[in-house]
Amino acid sequence: MAEEKKRLAIICIHGSLDVAFAAFVLATAGAAMEMETAVYFAFYGLEVLKKGKIDKLKVSPLANPAMPVKIPNIVAMLPGMTAAATSMMKSWMKKAKVASLGELMEMAKELGVRLIACQMSMDVMGIKKEELIEGVEIGGAATFLEFASHNAITLTF
Amino acid sequence: MADLIPNVTLDNSGLACPMPIIKTKKAVDGMKVGEILKMIATDPGSVSDVQAWVDKTGHELIKHEQEGDKYIFYIRKAK
Repeated sequence: MAEEKKRLAIICIHGSLDVAFAAFVLATAGAAMEMETAVYFAFYGLEVLKKGKIDKLKVSPLANPAMPVKIPNIVAMLPGMTAAATSMMKSWMKKAKVASLGELMEMAKELGVRLIACQMSMDVMGIKKEELIEGVEIGGAATFLEFASHNAITLTF
Repeated sequence: MADLIPNVTLDNSGLACPMPIIKTKKAVDGMKVGEILKMIATDPGSVSDVQAWVDKTGHELIKHEQEGDKYIFYIRKAK
């Protein structure tokens, strides 16, 4: 019997720029290493799959003590600070010549990464299939677990 | 060792992780078994990443050298 292909099963439940970025770096790298890769998006992670959202995700400076530029919470809570922190983060990413989230998403699709939206989260958050990008599968916990039960590494973001 | 003649050259200079290995994978997919890819990267992480990539995918890293800030890899498609 041929050896079963190694799988990479990722869960992404956050919809912020930094977290989604980490999930897509690992997903694309996994696919490049010829692992069968799937990312399961639940709760706030669904934001990543909404049409036109991928390059608009943000990073919050609030309660985020690891930001390279230290922003006190009393300042971070002010209107406009999330946008400011996001544009700072994007400029650092550009300087480090990392791909944008949109580019990584395109790569993931090209490499055959399965993007699965959690049906139950869609119901909770009132998100319809039409709001999601093309090529997304819709499934439940069993869909993900069945995939992950075969020779998989599982990562959660 | 005689000079290696690559069939395909791929320049990933300036690209950060994970792009060098993604582009390497795509280039190797488009080649024939036995052909050699010369891949150039400037990401210092690519030294361990390319080794890990060939270990996982089964392709062969024939040679790896450094010229200034460039890391040059010769990879033979094995399957």
